[in-house]
Amino acid sequence: MDDNHIVEIRDLVKNYPVGGGHFTALRDVTTDLVVGEFTGLVGPSGSGKTTLLNIIGGLDAPTEGSVTVLDMPLGGKNHKELAHLRREGIGFIFQTFNLLPVYTVFENVEFPLLLIGMAADERKELVDQALEWVGLTDKVKSRPAQLSGGECQRVAIARAIVKKPKLIIADEPTANLDAKNSHNIMQILVHLNQELSTSFIFATHDEKVMGYLTRIIHLIDGRIDEDEHISEPEYRKGK
Amino acid sequence: MLLFKLALKNLLGAGTRTWLNVAVTSFSFVLIIFMSGFYQGFLEYAQQVTLETEVAGGAYWHPAYDPDDPFTLDEAHGVPPGPVNSQVAGGQAMPILLTQGSMYPEGRMMPVMIKGIPPDQNIVSLPTAVLGEYTGAAIPVLIGAGMSHTAQLEVGDVFTIRWRDVHGTYDADEAEVVSIMRVENPGVDMGQLWLPLETLREMLEMPGEATYVVAASGAELLADIGDWQAKPVAFFLQQYLDVIEMKSSNAKVLYAVLLAMAALGIFNSQVLSIFRRRKEIGTLMALGMVRSRVVALFTAEGGMHSVLAFVLGGIWGGPLLYFVATMGIPMPYDPSEFGVIMAPRLIGVYGAGMILGTTLLVAVIVTMVSYIPARKIAKLKPTEALTGRSN
Repeated sequence: MDDNHIVEIRDLVKNYPVGGGHFTALRDVTTDLVVGEFTGLVGPSGSGKTTLLNIIGGLDAPTEGSVTVLDMPLGGKNHKELAHLRREGIGFIFQTFNLLPVYTVFENVEFPLLLIGMAADERKELVDQALEWVGLTDKVKSRPAQLSGGECQRVAIARAIVKKPKLIIADEPTANLDAKNSHNIMQILVHLNQELSTSFIFATHDEKVMGYLTRIIHLIDGRIDEDEHISEPEYRKGK
Repeated sequence: MLLFKLALKNLLGAGTRTWLNVAVTSFSFVLIIFMSGFYQGFLEYAQQVTLETEVAGGAYWHPAYDPDDPFTLDEAHGVPPGPVNSQVAGGQAMPILLTQGSMYPEGRMMPVMIKGIPPDQNIVSLPTAVLGEYTGAAIPVLIGAGMSHTAQLEVGDVFTIRWRDVHGTYDADEAEVVSIMRVENPGVDMGQLWLPLETLREMLEMPGEATYVVAASGAELLADIGDWQAKPVAFFLQQYLDVIEMKSSNAKVLYAVLLAMAALGIFNSQVLSIFRRRKEIGTLMALGMVRSRVVALFTAEGGMHSVLAFVLGGIWGGPLLYFVATMGIPMPYDPSEFGVIMAPRLIGVYGAGMILGTTLLVAVIVTMVSYIPARKIAKLKPTEALTGRSN
């Protein structure tokens, strides 16, 4: 695997059984993601964006082809090895936030560090730092039900970034947010991308998100239709 | 430790749902211990009363004596062996003579067991001394409260008794109730007339004879007694334990129902958790928690119900059990009418072993029923869990 590559995908096919046959969600996908990229998978519903994200995140297995993430070939890996990869190297941001409802903001952000087995002092330091990045230091004791949608997504970002993973996977992170909150979230993510050199890969069809991306992979019917590298994203032009 | 903390946090965070389950489980907990304590108390009291009023230190039986077959009584009498008589002379044993008879209180006929006992005995706790103090012309008779109630007899009542002597000849005479004893053992009460031993021997023309001899508590039970049979205390208690065991099988059904109630509550709650919390489960997996730890987390949550139930049960059930163990619960009816040994106040006996055993049993069952739905979680694909679908 190229040192500069964080993800390598070769001839990826993903079929789902449907009735007696199967539905092909991804076909012949070959691409690489480079360290520090701010990449978006863009396409209509059913084009395979979420499926590709799930396979990269080790949540789903390819039918054919090979996928290597953070130097680990995912083919043939058992669920424990995949869980280890997610625990150590990948952060997830979900469309519906997926915060643990009985935990406070602090505890939600702390959770990935607990799974790693980090010491309490170190955990506190990292959680405080992550909450500062997303501007939620005043909400540490709140529970998700007491937060707005934008705040919930900021907690989810803090949770994804707290362990400083090399790769963050975000599935429609702004779909449930209004325009103002969407821009706010994206600005936070761009800042983290630049500050921590963390690679981001989004699934989105939100125009507002696309304005921040440095690379857009267009998917149609499970195939890569266009791979677009953007030297100057829209948001910079507006500055 | 992490799983324990997470499970506790999830459990407490679930609020009302958790506390409803915990309340049902604690109810089952306390009720099972409460009932077990009553049975234990009942058993211990019954053993104590049986020992005090009937068994004492064991007995020597005439070889023909079979308490379950009244027809053997015609033959079951004889002079006890020499060593046994020596024990009797030394105050370490007392002979009892039995015969079947009839009584006719106010013209009614009732079959009775007529028992002869030395009035001056102090081997069993029966107030027989009153038999020796009688100076009237009739045969002095001591009866129990149950017998008094059944036969409608009071102290001073005179009635006819009929019996058959050693030659098979029927005879009859007047008897007078000299005392009514309140005794919880129906084995020395219902259908029985207690007479002075020597009076009964004269009536039956069986001088020096006995049907069985009761040894004093602590007295050595002799082995070399010819064809008479030595019956140790354990023999009598075993018979009683068998009866209790039979009765306690009903209680076991009740325990099973109570345990099933608790288990069903937890099982229902855990199954609901799978469907209501599947997105959370998917999130845990996406964050890197392995399946076995997810199963362990949910199993721990279920198992922790029993810990919380034990604590809650201790808070409300502890004082209740303490009250029952010290003050007891008064019986609403006269115990003598029940036909089994029963204290006027039912005292629960709650041993550490019983409480620990019940706790362990409930904890194991509740944890097991938590594991079953938790195992289903392990089969859930992370992607399906995240989208809220179950397989």
